[in-house]
Amino acid sequence: MLLIRRFEERAGQLYGMGLIAGFCHLYSGQEAVVVGIQSILKPQDTVITAYRDHGHMLACEMDPKGVMAELTGRSGGYSKGKGGSMHMFSREKNFFGGHGIVGAQVPIGTGLAFAHKYKEDGGVCITYMGDGAANQGQVYESYNMASLWKLPVVYVVENNHYGMGTSVERSSAGPNYYGRGQGWGIPGELVDGMELLKVKEAARRAVDYARSGKGPYILEMDTYRYRGHSMSDPAKYRSKEEVEGVKEKRDPIDHFRTYMLKTLKIPEDQIKDIEEEIKTVVLEAVEFAKTSPEPDPSELYTDVLKEGENV
Amino acid sequence: MTLISMTVREALRDAMAEEIRRDETVFLMGEEVAEYNGAYKVSQGLLDEFGPKRIVDTPITEHGFAGLGVGAAFGGLRPIIEFMTFNFSMQAMDQIINSAAKTLYMSGGQMGCPIVFRGPNGAASRVGAQHSHCFASLYAHCPGLKVISPYSAGDAKALLKAAIRDPNPVIFLENELLYGQHFDDVSDDPDHVLPIGKALVRREGKDVTLTAFSIMVGKALQAADLLAEQGIEAEVIDLRTIRPLDTETIVQSVKKTNRIVSIEESWPFAGIGSEIAALMMEQAFDYLDAPLIRVTGADVPMPYAANLEHLALPQVETIVEAAKTACYRTPS
Repeated sequence: MLLIRRFEERAGQLYGMGLIAGFCHLYSGQEAVVVGIQSILKPQDTVITAYRDHGHMLACEMDPKGVMAELTGRSGGYSKGKGGSMHMFSREKNFFGGHGIVGAQVPIGTGLAFAHKYKEDGGVCITYMGDGAANQGQVYESYNMASLWKLPVVYVVENNHYGMGTSVERSSAGPNYYGRGQGWGIPGELVDGMELLKVKEAARRAVDYARSGKGPYILEMDTYRYRGHSMSDPAKYRSKEEVEGVKEKRDPIDHFRTYMLKTLKIPEDQIKDIEEEIKTVVLEAVEFAKTSPEPDPSELYTDVLKEGENV
Repeated sequence: MTLISMTVREALRDAMAEEIRRDETVFLMGEEVAEYNGAYKVSQGLLDEFGPKRIVDTPITEHGFAGLGVGAAFGGLRPIIEFMTFNFSMQAMDQIINSAAKTLYMSGGQMGCPIVFRGPNGAASRVGAQHSHCFASLYAHCPGLKVISPYSAGDAKALLKAAIRDPNPVIFLENELLYGQHFDDVSDDPDHVLPIGKALVRREGKDVTLTAFSIMVGKALQAADLLAEQGIEAEVIDLRTIRPLDTETIVQSVKKTNRIVSIEESWPFAGIGSEIAALMMEQAFDYLDAPLIRVTGADVPMPYAANLEHLALPQVETIVEAAKTACYRTPS
């Protein structure tokens, strides 16, 4: 969680310095969701999300250097600088993006689950979406097929309460996203997405359910993003007090740090060592992202089509 | 290899059956493809042979199952996604273009999407504006897609097999009116595939080049017969693949004939004919003795009335007149 927080802080700085451009959506505040869920997955499981994806990639154990270098548009990035913040992938880590069209990742994730079932590989696909995406029609087309065919997929609705600048109250009639699978017989539950251990427990229930062949499961994560929707968003649609209140009372990292100290009795020194280590990892990522060369001009026309036919 | 006679419908089914037999990751998904044997009976008998795992009926949910197919392709399978007609692919266009076509590039080459979207395309007969749309130009606009539109049964089979084996997303545009047509050019060899991106000169001629694809190839050939009676030898090129377009074959033909007419049933604006016109300007300008002439569908939504529909689509006579104009002959 701390790695994601520190990574995003640096990404924000690099954006301010002009080293990162375009769209850049930071995950700060929502860390417990992805860390809790990813912690219980198996190697064959697959993951897909939308464009607020840096945290998901780090939680999938993708290399922070490759992620940061993609943000700066360098050849050392996961997509060789051709994707950017919203479009990164790692076949090795079973991370399938990184999708820029709100909601489009949901049928694709359902298709990854279809492939798990078809290949009988025992895998589950975790398909993340935001509260904004949850109003797209294709989400419900996916729920229908996933339930009809008992596909091993867990839909995670990261409800950070704002789809860009529109609050869920203004966008969603009956905003209980966890209950929206009811018509298709899909169980769902509302989880405190700021509490790592609660996320983890719920994730285990959901993933076990999907893996056992019973079909899809919906987890709605009550969470919060600290930053604007993207770097260009001053977030004037919510009060400073609201944001500060969440940071003060519900911060997932603060809570878990306290838990480590008080319940797990991990010595403060040891925690500080971890914090130092994370700082180094992020600084190395920044250094790599600054020094990795831009893609060669010849890359402009590569990777449009795959060469060779599988005859 | 023996050439046998069959309908385009049977050839398409055989192509799918052979590829599903050959590769266990290939499956067919779409509306009414399984128990109903296909809305146009293209998948006749496939459910019986391969079972419901490989031949999958979907709900009426084009956006959803197109996206699901893309995900399955990312996950290592080779889906054949049937649109009952390509008109309904409009619902799914975001998944086809944004997800299937662009992801290889956006991922720096990591994420190939081996998928075929297929189904009948363009006008059938008296089905009105929303069921008569030709998508060749629209999909051919997009890098990351291949677009195939065959005419004969033999091409339909060998090119569909090539499309299924191709590691990229392929748009495979069929034609309802051709489904029942017999051709004697179908290979019985399950290993016979045609290369994507190669046109075929279906008739040689020295006076004018006619380019066409899908059902318009038949009309162009009929027009060529009529033109021959009037002393004009037309060369008919069946484009077969729209993207990548076999520009070389067209240029070579124009170097010989110095005149060209492009024929398509879709709208004129930014159509395939427009693209060929631009290519000829760039690559064959010095060989042209006349401006390229486009024969296209009328620039209107397809009307229902029989007479208006006839007027809206390119007819043999229209092609004949266009070719004569290109040859500076007095119109009849």
